[in-house]
Amino acid sequence: MNYYEDLTIGNVAALGEHTFTREEIIAFARKFDPQPFHLDEEAGRASIFGSLVASGWHTSSVCMRKLIDWREAERARLAARGEALAPLGVSPGFKNLRWPNPVRPGDVVAYSIETEAMRETRRPQWGLVTNRFRGVNQDGLEVLNFSSLALIARRGA
Amino acid sequence: LDTLYFEDMRPGEIAEYGDRQVTAGEIVEFAQEFDPQPFHLDQEAGRTSMAGGLIASGWHTAAMLMRINCDEFVNRTASQGGPGVEEVNWLRPVRPGDRLRVRRTTVSARVLKSRPSVGLVEFFFELFNQADEIVMTQKNAVFFRRRPGGDEER
Repeated sequence: MNYYEDLTIGNVAALGEHTFTREEIIAFARKFDPQPFHLDEEAGRASIFGSLVASGWHTSSVCMRKLIDWREAERARLAARGEALAPLGVSPGFKNLRWPNPVRPGDVVAYSIETEAMRETRRPQWGLVTNRFRGVNQDGLEVLNFSSLALIARRGA
Repeated sequence: LDTLYFEDMRPGEIAEYGDRQVTAGEIVEFAQEFDPQPFHLDQEAGRTSMAGGLIASGWHTAAMLMRINCDEFVNRTASQGGPGVEEVNWLRPVRPGDRLRVRRTTVSARVLKSRPSVGLVEFFFELFNQADEIVMTQKNAVFFRRRPGGDEER
């Protein structure tokens, strides 16, 4: 992700993969989402999911981590060319976040970001960009899909 | 307490609960694992940023709302999870020492034709801080099992 002017609608970038272990699924659930099917195999089997499944907030939070890691790799890549990574502004939120399939222990989820829409704002230093985030598991099933707004710095502002 | 089923969710009902104090330690712990940006990790770095100090990741705030909802509501119900979240708005930063409480509005409730054993209930959540400012809103739907052996005609 470079400056606003460097983005192209429809461009997709791979953010990398994450393997969800049983232990981390349960650890996240204990802290933030202690529902039986996120904590316990037996309760998972009795639920509509049919097994232990990750909290959707866990699936989503890992997406944020993959975005940050990807940006740090971009930062290093650009620094090698003497360029700076554009700052990321705060996000006002997101819309239409869906968990079409659950994440189960051992699943490997590949995350991606697509530039979906962009417009200038009244403030000359920022552009407003709609990004579509996706997570797809090792069987090609979508486990996460949402669009999020972000302020992206404009060049030469 | 009796388990709450789909039939117990009444559109128009408003409930308020929760008093969760947010610590700097948990803000940093979440950020180290999921959102390692300077203003989520370090008071000093936060001060020099737009954030004006250490602030919680928005995903952490959403996770804390989930936890308050679990403790005060969801784990008393026959919840079967949700298909997603229609909308989240992060309106104000959450800072160390903030106390969070929830106002839950039940928006609608309907039985699924494709899965008659469960119903889908839409909620609107507002998360307040100790100054009664709204820090986050969330619209989402949750699946609940229907009460066994009754009310199938509803």
